[in-house]
Amino acid sequence: MTETTATAGQPQKLLPGMAGFVADWSSDQRAFKNTSWGKAMMWIFLLSDTFIFSCFLISYMTVRASTILPWPNTSEVFALNIGGEEIPLILIAIMTFVLISSSGTMAMAVNYGYRHDRKKTAILMLATAAFGATFVGMQAFEWTKLITEGVRPWGNPWGAPQFGSTFFMITGFHGTHVTIGVIFLLIIARKVWRGDFETGRPGFFTSRKGRYENVEIMGLYWHFVDLVWVFIFAFFYLW
Amino acid sequence: MAQAVAAAMQPASTATPHDEHKEHPIKLYLVVWAWLFVLSTFSYLVDYFHVQGYLRWTLICLFMLLKAGLIVAVFMHMAWERLTLIYAILMPPIAVMIFVWIMAIESDYTHWLRALFFATGM
Repeated sequence: MTETTATAGQPQKLLPGMAGFVADWSSDQRAFKNTSWGKAMMWIFLLSDTFIFSCFLISYMTVRASTILPWPNTSEVFALNIGGEEIPLILIAIMTFVLISSSGTMAMAVNYGYRHDRKKTAILMLATAAFGATFVGMQAFEWTKLITEGVRPWGNPWGAPQFGSTFFMITGFHGTHVTIGVIFLLIIARKVWRGDFETGRPGFFTSRKGRYENVEIMGLYWHFVDLVWVFIFAFFYLW
Repeated sequence: MAQAVAAAMQPASTATPHDEHKEHPIKLYLVVWAWLFVLSTFSYLVDYFHVQGYLRWTLICLFMLLKAGLIVAVFMHMAWERLTLIYAILMPPIAVMIFVWIMAIESDYTHWLRALFFATGM
C-alpha cells in the first residue's frame, strides 16, 4: 500500500504510471506524494490563474467574433517605424524574445540552485529580473504609443471599440504579473546571494527556513508568465 | 565548500526527490531556449509574410502549442512529475475548452442578430 504521509528517513514506495495515479488519489491525507506543499500550492495557484487569463481571452474572442465593426489590424497598429520603414509587429516580436530569454535564464537559475551554486543562481535570477523589467518597459512604451494615437478602453480610430478594452485589460493584467514576478525574483535572488537557504535564516514574512526549492517555485511562476504571453501573442497579436 | 555546508545543514529526511533535477545538464535548457526562439520566429514570419485564412490560424496554433508544451514540460519540469500532479493541473483546462466552445456559439449568434438588425441602421 502507498504510505499516507511522507515518513522521515524512509523513501516512499510509489507505484509508477496509471496505477500510481489511482493509488495516490485514493490514498489518505495527501495525493501529491513526492511534491512539497509549496510546489503543489504554486501549481494550484497557477491553475487558478490559468482560469483568469482564459476568461479574459474568451471574453476577447466573444467580443471580437460578435462585433460587426472591423477589428483593427494588429499588424499595422503595432508596427514601428525603423529607418524610415514600417516593420509590422516588430515591438511585440522583440518583447516575445525578451520574455523567452528570461525564461531561459530562469530555468538555468533553478538548475544551478539545485547544485547549490549561489553565485550563478543569483546572477541568473538577476538577469531574469532585468529581462522582465525590460519587457515591462517596452510594454509601457507600447501603451504610451497607443494612447497618444487615441486608443481608449471605449474606442479607437480604427474600428471596433472593444479592441481598446480587451487590449488594456489583457496586456495590463499580464504586465502586472511580470512586475510582481520581477519584485519576487529580486527578493529570492537576495536570499540566494546571502546564503539564506544554506544558513537556514528564517524568511521575513513566513519566519520559516527556505530551501533551494524556493528558486524552482519562483521559476514556476515566472515560466507561467512566459506561457501566458505565448497565448496572448498568438491570439491577440497574430490572430 | 558551499555544497558541503548545505549537505551538513540538510538532514536526510528533508532532502526532497526534487533534488534529482540538478542532474539535468544545462545543455537541455539551452536547446529548449533555442527551439522557443525558432518557433517564435516562425510565428512572427506567419504575420510578416501575410499568410491568411485557415493556414494562418493552423500555423499560429501549431507554433503556440509547441511553445507552450516545451515551456510546461521542460522549463516547468512537468515531464518529471508524477501523473497525479500532471493530471491535477492539465485536466481542469479541458473545462476552459468547453467554455470556449460555448462562447463561440454564443458570439456567432450575437453576431448574426447584430448583422440582421444593426448592420444597415447604424
